[in-house]
Amino acid sequence: MSKSERPNQLFRNLNAKVASIPMILTALVVFVGGTAWTVLYSFTNSKLLPRLNFVGLDQYYRLWSTPRWLVSIENLLIYGVLSLVFSLVIGFVLAALLDQKIRFEDTFRTIFLYPFALSFIVTGLVWQWLLNPDFGIQHVVRSLGWESFSFNPLYDSSIVIYGISIAALWQGTGLIMCLMLAGLRGIDEDIWKAARVDGIPMWKTYLFIIIPMMRPVFITTLVIIASGIVKVYDLVVAQTSGGPGIASEVPAKYVYDYMFFAQNLGQGFAASTMMLLSVMIVIVPWAYLEFGGRKRV
Amino acid sequence: MRYRLMTAALAATAALQLAGPAAATDLEVTHWWTSGGEAAAVAELAKAFDATGNHWVDGAIAGSGGTARPIMISRITGGDPMGATQFNHGRQAEELVQAGLMRDLTDIATKGKWTEVVRPKSLLDSCTIDGKIYCVPVNIHSWQWLWLSNAAFEKAGVPVPKNWNEYVAAAPALEKAGIIPLAVGGQPWQSSGAFDVLLAAVGGTDAFLKVYKDKDATFAAGPEVAKVFKAADDARKMAKNTNVQDWNQATNLVITGKAGGQIMGDWAQGEFQVAGQTAGKDYTCLPGLGLNEVIATGGDAFYFPLLKDADKAKAQEALAETLLDPKTQVAFNLKKGSLPVRGDVDLQAANDCMKKGLDILAKGSVMPWTDQLLSQDTQKQKEDLFSEFFAKPDMTVEEAQKRFADIVGSAD
Repeated sequence: MSKSERPNQLFRNLNAKVASIPMILTALVVFVGGTAWTVLYSFTNSKLLPRLNFVGLDQYYRLWSTPRWLVSIENLLIYGVLSLVFSLVIGFVLAALLDQKIRFEDTFRTIFLYPFALSFIVTGLVWQWLLNPDFGIQHVVRSLGWESFSFNPLYDSSIVIYGISIAALWQGTGLIMCLMLAGLRGIDEDIWKAARVDGIPMWKTYLFIIIPMMRPVFITTLVIIASGIVKVYDLVVAQTSGGPGIASEVPAKYVYDYMFFAQNLGQGFAASTMMLLSVMIVIVPWAYLEFGGRKRV
Repeated sequence: MRYRLMTAALAATAALQLAGPAAATDLEVTHWWTSGGEAAAVAELAKAFDATGNHWVDGAIAGSGGTARPIMISRITGGDPMGATQFNHGRQAEELVQAGLMRDLTDIATKGKWTEVVRPKSLLDSCTIDGKIYCVPVNIHSWQWLWLSNAAFEKAGVPVPKNWNEYVAAAPALEKAGIIPLAVGGQPWQSSGAFDVLLAAVGGTDAFLKVYKDKDATFAAGPEVAKVFKAADDARKMAKNTNVQDWNQATNLVITGKAGGQIMGDWAQGEFQVAGQTAGKDYTCLPGLGLNEVIATGGDAFYFPLLKDADKAKAQEALAETLLDPKTQVAFNLKKGSLPVRGDVDLQAANDCMKKGLDILAKGSVMPWTDQLLSQDTQKQKEDLFSEFFAKPDMTVEEAQKRFADIVGSAD
């Protein structure tokens, strides 16, 4: 609409542009500048204090030959796939169930969303107790009579990451459900009517009509879940502090530990640069789908 | 209204500033001594410092040294230094000193004849960088103690062992009686520290120094250190049922007789004391695991950041002198359960275990510890390795030793 007049683009909405200068500066200096600084110093051998003493890729070689980092990456992958799949599936199913015009919908919505109001630290501590063999689920079931019942994920190195995923799902699924519910409510009632007239069963309507229509909601949800996966830290600290041994370590914890406990900034920066790379792998396809896609339409 | 409040506030600050110079100089001191006994010990330091006409502003940081050190370091590097701060003397503050952020105490040290009174000498050596003294050691803590529960061994029907080898031999009897032979908490520093103690006790002082001081990777991969790993493997098997995290929870297992023993530094003694137990009767302590009676001279020290304010700088001098004062040393160390850094003070009130420590110290059987020899980076890598080794029964001794040698080889 404005194309016909075409005034000087630079001075359109001047007030808004002036008002956003602080934010633009913050973004450039703090985010972009800080990132560039971190990447630059990851090529140095900085210890406690940052120093420009370049050592090439040494920090990265060391990083990728450290067993703890490899365990962290493996854990992140397991945790990531589990959170992504289960929070999407459970969140969508819950939303679809709530969407059946049931009674007390508000109550259920509140119950499901409530865990999201708790921080990861509180969630972690709650589940640390629930999963503790001497106080939690195992103890309760055993005291009910099933003496041989065993459920002890947090002290078993091979399954500890699943114990952490359970807590994360409990906390995060409610939010995903709400996003999905909002998406479902955005679908026009007429589409349902049309599908019913054509005699399409409900599950088929969901799978082949509703879900494809909800693409933008799914993409937003995906990005929220993915960024939550990459930065997981406080949950692990509260639940197991990385243990038993190093079995539940995650990359963010490696970065923090090596920057501050080990006083080795270079190593921490190298690890955080690798994390940035993994975020880029998530963000770039999303940006392409969101922005690149719209132009084609 | 708001304006009037503002004026009032301004006037109040002005008045405070006017009153300022007449009052004593405030000096903020940061430390991580927050448990009951530790807080009581700090109160002794504060009392002695206040008596010099200055004022101790307590900057306790809860958590452990691991939590507190990053906060202290970022305050110093970020341009908001405190008056004085605790570190473990050794290499923790090395880079801060090299960056010129810490105050050179050599003049005060010469005046107070520190080189003559501080014992053992290695304490002051770890405060010295390029011939200048940068910190005041306040106590000696040593890691190499084995704490044994007499009740647990009685229940198992075996005599209380006199050294590590007897202890390992007694493990099956303990296990049969339903007692965890060895308590090792899940925090990484505990398993890593236990290994260092084994290295010093089973391998001997020379082996310890060859690995950690000379950083001899070939030696660390060799047969002598393999013996130590064999002992660590025994320890791992003995500790496999400990489901606790914190060191004091593990100590508590020993106090209650649920575990046979624990390898832990002399700070564990405070826990036995609080529980009302007597050394020799309820529990037994074996310095150097009964194999190699040597004490490591790790411990705590105070560092003084370089300040511009002349009054505060003067207060720093007063604090440095107070910390090494014989009376302060006695009062502080009795409450802390550590050994004093001066040989010329009298510790009548010390208990049996502390006296054992003092005897070893008097004989001069001392060695440096990892805080003094290794960088934090190497320490962290070691912690990662040993927490994995202790938690993962299927990790072989050979694999662990190979990785250990790699860490030693790349240590700086």
